[in-house]
Amino acid sequence: MTTLWFMILTGLLIGYAVLDGFDLGVGALHLWLARTDEERRAALNAIGPVWDGNEVWLIAWGAAFFVAFPRAFAVGFSGFYLPLMIALWLLMGRGVAIEFRHHVTDPLWQGAWDVIFSISSLMLALLYGVAVGNIVTGVPINEQGYFQGLFEWMLNPYALLMGLFSLVILLSHGASYLCVKTDGALQVRAHDLATRLWPALVALAVAVTVATFGAQPRMLQNFETAPPLLVVPVLAIVFLVLMRRLQRRRLSGGAFLCSCGLIGVLLASTAIGLYPFLMLSHPHPERSLTIANAAAAPGGLLAAALWMIPGTILLAIYQVFVYRTFKGKVVLGTGAHY
Amino acid sequence: MTDVVVADRIQFAFTLMFHYLFPILTMGLAPLIVVLKTLHLLRRDEQYAVAARFWTKLFALNFAVGVITGIPMEFQFGTNWAAFSAFAGGVIGQTLALEAVFAFFLESSFLGVLLFAEKRVKPWVHWLSAVLVAVGALLSGLFITATNAWMQHPVGYRVAPDGTVQMGNFWVLLGNSFLWWQYAHVINGAILTAAIVVASVGAYYLLAGKHVQFGRLSVALGVSVGAVFALTQLFPTGDMDSRNVTAYQPIKLATMEGLFETRYGAPLAIIGMPDTTQRTLLDPVVVPDALSYLAYGSFHAEVKGLNAYPQNLWPPVQLTYYAYHIMVGLGTIFIAVLLLGIVLWWRRALFTSRWFLWVLMLLLPFPYIANEAGWVVTEVGRQPWLVYGLLTTTAGASPTVTAGETIFTLLGFAGMYALIGVMSLFLALLLILKGPEEPAPARIVATR
Repeated sequence: MTTLWFMILTGLLIGYAVLDGFDLGVGALHLWLARTDEERRAALNAIGPVWDGNEVWLIAWGAAFFVAFPRAFAVGFSGFYLPLMIALWLLMGRGVAIEFRHHVTDPLWQGAWDVIFSISSLMLALLYGVAVGNIVTGVPINEQGYFQGLFEWMLNPYALLMGLFSLVILLSHGASYLCVKTDGALQVRAHDLATRLWPALVALAVAVTVATFGAQPRMLQNFETAPPLLVVPVLAIVFLVLMRRLQRRRLSGGAFLCSCGLIGVLLASTAIGLYPFLMLSHPHPERSLTIANAAAAPGGLLAAALWMIPGTILLAIYQVFVYRTFKGKVVLGTGAHY
Repeated sequence: MTDVVVADRIQFAFTLMFHYLFPILTMGLAPLIVVLKTLHLLRRDEQYAVAARFWTKLFALNFAVGVITGIPMEFQFGTNWAAFSAFAGGVIGQTLALEAVFAFFLESSFLGVLLFAEKRVKPWVHWLSAVLVAVGALLSGLFITATNAWMQHPVGYRVAPDGTVQMGNFWVLLGNSFLWWQYAHVINGAILTAAIVVASVGAYYLLAGKHVQFGRLSVALGVSVGAVFALTQLFPTGDMDSRNVTAYQPIKLATMEGLFETRYGAPLAIIGMPDTTQRTLLDPVVVPDALSYLAYGSFHAEVKGLNAYPQNLWPPVQLTYYAYHIMVGLGTIFIAVLLLGIVLWWRRALFTSRWFLWVLMLLLPFPYIANEAGWVVTEVGRQPWLVYGLLTTTAGASPTVTAGETIFTLLGFAGMYALIGVMSLFLALLLILKGPEEPAPARIVATR
């Protein structure tokens, strides 16, 4: 049951990273890629109907984490106090920017919100990677079972490398999404950027993989004991290569799906490497939080897993309906809210 | 109580009270938008579609800020109240996760359709989206109130060997006898607020002589819905909710009423100033025996006063007492004003009595104050408990977060929310000044 919840959490996190990932990417590119007001409105309307639904994945992940592993939720969230608060402020900044921008038609007003939207999206993309980096390396849990996150070790070179990787992936992901949803000069620029980011993506993927095994040797253990699992990281290579070919053929929909798949399998590989740990502790590994010692009682886990089934089915229906309703290119006109 | 707990409490109270300003309107407005869209489909009259579109814009602004300010609430359970989360996460995580999975996904998915797709989908699909957004809003209110009701009156749990509480019976958790009247009172308050906002904005248009047809529709809708919900706010929802308080939290009841001495035939204080050093209500105006009747249905029933309990179990007396009296006082004023509106309507003078339209327009901020005051009673009145009878607030805070960090983030939230608050008000005013789009001849829709 605890393993099932570990999988549910990974699934929700992948959902969040893939979906909010593209609107974060679009946000980070907003200032540079979309230059005229019309292009910026096109970019905003491309993510408009879905961005707050995408953020719900984060809320759902947080709540599922809370119900399944309350102790890990408490230790992790209070330990990473300041970075989480900064993440919250950045999420707020970009959210209000999207909503407030369109109410006043004035270049200064809109320019200011464009900057806030773009910079906070960019910093979030970076910060998420740094967070994953710190989860992989582990945190100094004390005798009481808690820890205090200090910037002196949270901003270590490995975590910063992860931050850069996450930024580049999400930039490329956002550019792929814009290729699908827009046309004209904006699409051409998005396509160019996605193509140009590809070598950087490959280089960083190799660097991060090597650095991970240096920083946290136990990430290899699960793959050694169960070699079939290696198919997951291998899929990342497949998605990378396929993405390149589809980009070349200008099949933007397929390239975007490969980008989604890439993010999914990268996070899945990280989760497989970490399993069964939720929060690794160093230098006292025995204080680590695992799915066994941080879990809620079995009764609660079962009840929540049972109601998760209809919940997931409903969620799939909504998402299919929404993405079908808004398929195709963005049209600025009477239908555009922003 | 240590500095860090005080800072944690101020931060949670501040971020929560600011956040709640937005869901009050979205929860209340969503059903009203459904009413307007239904009228549009039934009567084929474009004015209802215009009105629905206008309120949906205001809804969207509120919804976005509500989502943005809501995310920190969930995170703060972990960041600032880690000991509480580790203690109670197995139980309240259930209702919080139910909210995300069953309410937020529904609401946010179909709000996208409601806002962006009026030209893309069939009218009934658009209507259905409005209904589903309303269902999502009301469900999220249910699950979050269920979380709070459990903290007020914990049920359906069992204590695990490590001292934490874990889920016992899921249906008992959702069937909490504290929950349903509290929920009814909360939602009723939200709809009352939305009705007053609608009436108030409509009154502005009538006074300004702009968008008169829309103004009349709004005043009529707001006054009629508001009058009904102002009454049900008091009875049965408010009455039954306080009976639960009487049954499960007698100290809170005594605090709300400023009752120090235990009495048979306890009086109901209309005004008065509670003095905790002299343990008396100064300069009171009371209705004799009324409290006994309201709490127990008999004029001679015994009501326990604060003196019957050790002082370390008292909540902050003045704050709870005044908040309660502000809420009840404002509720009474809403009933009076809105019933007067009905009388004027019946005498065909509602749209022309300028003095009344002025009153209606200026009423706008007060339901917000009443709702917030009600939550102050609920939450401050629960002190010193975080989970009633099980965990004190002091024991619930995060052990590794320092007072300095919390004060820093509190200031951060204060600055951020000051900006967001000013901007939201400014943009809401802008939407109101711009007014609804008048029904125009069918436009050519750009297609791809």
